[in-house]
Amino acid sequence: MAETILVIVEQREGKLNRVSWETIAAGQAIAAQTGWTLEAAVVGSGVTAIAGEVAAKKLAKVYVVESARLEPYTPDAFAHALEEFLGKHPAKLVLMPHTYQVRDFVPKLATSLETTAISDVIGVKHEGGKLLFTRQMFQGKFVADVSFAGSGPCFVTFQNGSFRADKVEAGGAAAPVETVNVDIPDGLVRNQPQPVFKEAKQAVDLTQAEIIVSVGRGIKEQKNIDLAKQLADALGGELAASRPICDNGWLPMDRQIGSSGQTVAPKLYLALGISGAIQHLVGMKGSRSIVAINKDSEAPIFEIADYAVVGNLFDIVPPLIEEVKKAKG
Amino acid sequence: MKQVPQKDAPLKLNDAGTWIREDVSYEVNEPDAFALEEALRQKEKHSGEVVVITAGPARALQVLREALAKGADRAIHLEDDGFVGLDAYNTARAIAAAIKDEKFDLIFTGLQSDDYGYAQTGVILAQILGLPHATIIMQIEKTDAGIHVKRELEAGFFQFVDMPLPALLTIQSGINKLRYATLIGIKQAKTKPLRKVTLAEVQPAMGGNLQKIEKLYVPQKSKNTEFLEGPPAEVAKKLVEKLKNEVRVI
Repeated sequence: MAETILVIVEQREGKLNRVSWETIAAGQAIAAQTGWTLEAAVVGSGVTAIAGEVAAKKLAKVYVVESARLEPYTPDAFAHALEEFLGKHPAKLVLMPHTYQVRDFVPKLATSLETTAISDVIGVKHEGGKLLFTRQMFQGKFVADVSFAGSGPCFVTFQNGSFRADKVEAGGAAAPVETVNVDIPDGLVRNQPQPVFKEAKQAVDLTQAEIIVSVGRGIKEQKNIDLAKQLADALGGELAASRPICDNGWLPMDRQIGSSGQTVAPKLYLALGISGAIQHLVGMKGSRSIVAINKDSEAPIFEIADYAVVGNLFDIVPPLIEEVKKAKG
Repeated sequence: MKQVPQKDAPLKLNDAGTWIREDVSYEVNEPDAFALEEALRQKEKHSGEVVVITAGPARALQVLREALAKGADRAIHLEDDGFVGLDAYNTARAIAAAIKDEKFDLIFTGLQSDDYGYAQTGVILAQILGLPHATIIMQIEKTDAGIHVKRELEAGFFQFVDMPLPALLTIQSGINKLRYATLIGIKQAKTKPLRKVTLAEVQPAMGGNLQKIEKLYVPQKSKNTEFLEGPPAEVAKKLVEKLKNEVRVI
């Protein structure tokens, strides 16, 4: 019997999270390699329209996992709903995007089913009848091929950008949509979430900058930020930073690039002393050109750099500022 | 709390290519340091006791010593080399077994570890212990009914959540400002209670790893990176040349 791969499509407040298309693309790639059946599920309240949108893709079936108690999102309700659903509709593999919401409930769901979630996966291989999931370790310095040693279901979450949303295959005819009502008992949901909000408007919109000079831990001390500022000024660019710099209060939070800050794609991203943890890379890997200066030759930032300088930024930046000024006349 | 290789420590693969060589420098996992700091601050506000726990080899004791020196009251060390290679489910099961007779009001973990990066151990522990949880926490206030916490979501979004106690929270880096241990703290740490737990004691609660690392390796480059070499002045010249003629931003 063919096994089933289930993609859990993410929605927030009734809107499909676009990153779900990447997860469907991943599911289609695994289905093509294994010959397994690919299905999808949308979890929420009143989300049938999203299921219709998803059903246009090449999928065997789309489920709507429905309960009024699934809105707003809580980990208790989501884990319970999917546990009940998977009891009725078993799957060998359950795929999801590695979002903050998924990270909040998937470990709970997997544990309640006495299984595991392979998180933040960037690629899948099918070798000798075995699925290998590639994920980053040690902040991206290494990658590991991980196999699942349980009996299932195996949950897998995919890092943003690991599969291409535009590679999702459309289906011949719309996939059938079936609504599965789940029972979430009184008192099960313990958390009371309030509406999602954005903090005071960001003063700096880095998304519009064509040139960004960004600093990381390698800058060492607050007083050294000025050196990066001088380089940014010489280039006519904006100054930005990785999370630790903003955590330390060396630059305001609105200059933070990465998953919890801004996502940018300038013409030039010049990274000074940034090692390139994945949380930072997701915020800038779309930049047209990336220059990295770092003393650690193994720093993951070099994996995505166009131009790389292995060396002490305090040796290189001062002459660089002079050369930029000279070139600009 | 977890001990992980130092951020800029050069890491080498072991001969089997399944893990790193252990002869590196270690430090406390960064989000765990913020979790400890938050626990100390909550204790200062509301009184009580702060207990720190780690699972790892003898070397991991250093993490507990530092935590005790900063102000934690007592420590629990699940001590065995075997705690290094566990998946998140097994680590959480081991910790749950070690604290089954404790009655904590709040359990904090770091958001994720700098080595495995699963971002799961805390949430799994909550499920095993039957506690409500909230992740990526940036603020915690006590209320009459429990706690009021602020979650950080993606791209500058946040959310407040009210929840009952006892509860488990995973703490985000930057929630507070870390303190340093004082000399007197370091001295006092030596006399604070430390409970050791062996692998044998918690093994009945554990199982085989459900995730197996088949191979660990250096990632293949997806980009043609051009390395600019030479003395600083020369590198600066070469780079400006590129910015002018290739990147075209000058």
